[in-house]
Amino acid sequence: MNDAVAAPAFDSLTVGDVVAEAAYHLTRDALVRYAGASGDFNPIHYRDDVAASVGLPGVLAHGMLTMGIAVQPVVDWAGDGARVTDYQVRFTRPVVVDAASGAEVGVTAKVGQLDAEARTVRIDLTVTFNEATVLGKAQVRVALA
Amino acid sequence: MNPEIQGRVYPPVEPYLVGREKIREFARAVFAIDPINHDPDAARRAGHSDVVAPPTFPVVVQERTLAQLLADDDAGIDFSRVVHGEQRFSFTRPVVAGDELTAQLTVTGVKTLGGNAMVTAATEITDAAGGHVVTATSTLVVRGDDA
Repeated sequence: MNDAVAAPAFDSLTVGDVVAEAAYHLTRDALVRYAGASGDFNPIHYRDDVAASVGLPGVLAHGMLTMGIAVQPVVDWAGDGARVTDYQVRFTRPVVVDAASGAEVGVTAKVGQLDAEARTVRIDLTVTFNEATVLGKAQVRVALA
Repeated sequence: MNPEIQGRVYPPVEPYLVGREKIREFARAVFAIDPINHDPDAARRAGHSDVVAPPTFPVVVQERTLAQLLADDDAGIDFSRVVHGEQRFSFTRPVVAGDELTAQLTVTGVKTLGGNAMVTAATEITDAAGGHVVTATSTLVVRGDDA
């Protein structure tokens, strides 16, 4: 018996619809947790002195952490992360995570394209930090059939 | 960087056995709250054999193949100058706990742009039965001397 969370109805969607919005508070703890979970221990993601020595404005969130978080509102909307069939991003700006105050990352997910034959939807993400986008061409393809 | 690495195929890395606790750990790290990422019963009710990995989890397996590329002296990629430019995951099916995954990297693109070089590497990730699970593709930007 399959009682998966129902997928959003394809026919109810229109290009331009905002299907999800979310805000995430990233802290240094979150960066350390991601380093451990992913195995990416590049010290620019947790050491101010190393980040400064290579000319960065501060300790940065892993790009893959930002990518990983940014898809979650779409996963929650889709009802099952397994419906995500393709996900791509360009890393365009860094997310600087302050030791004390962290960083706020905003995600807006909009319908970018509908494929009626394949019953798939392309969701376009706008991911912001400090009022600037940090990911380009951030697109998630979700199968709703 | 050596432009002749275009088309180079590296040997598959050691199979990676996906653990349930690893998926839970990764899910917590990317703020994934979907019960199918954490609870085997919820995953089975949704039609999966065990907990389901979040969409970006395959990077954990892909990373081992990127390490091969970066360690290849003949490729000549200076890791200290590498910036992650783009990332993509194209799924045939999601990764679930219990999967034994094999990963193999092919260099699919090399180009220079201004003083920088860009290398695109596609890692094909397959299961124990040889079926395609996901292709993880990274574009790495190797900054030039002046950048």
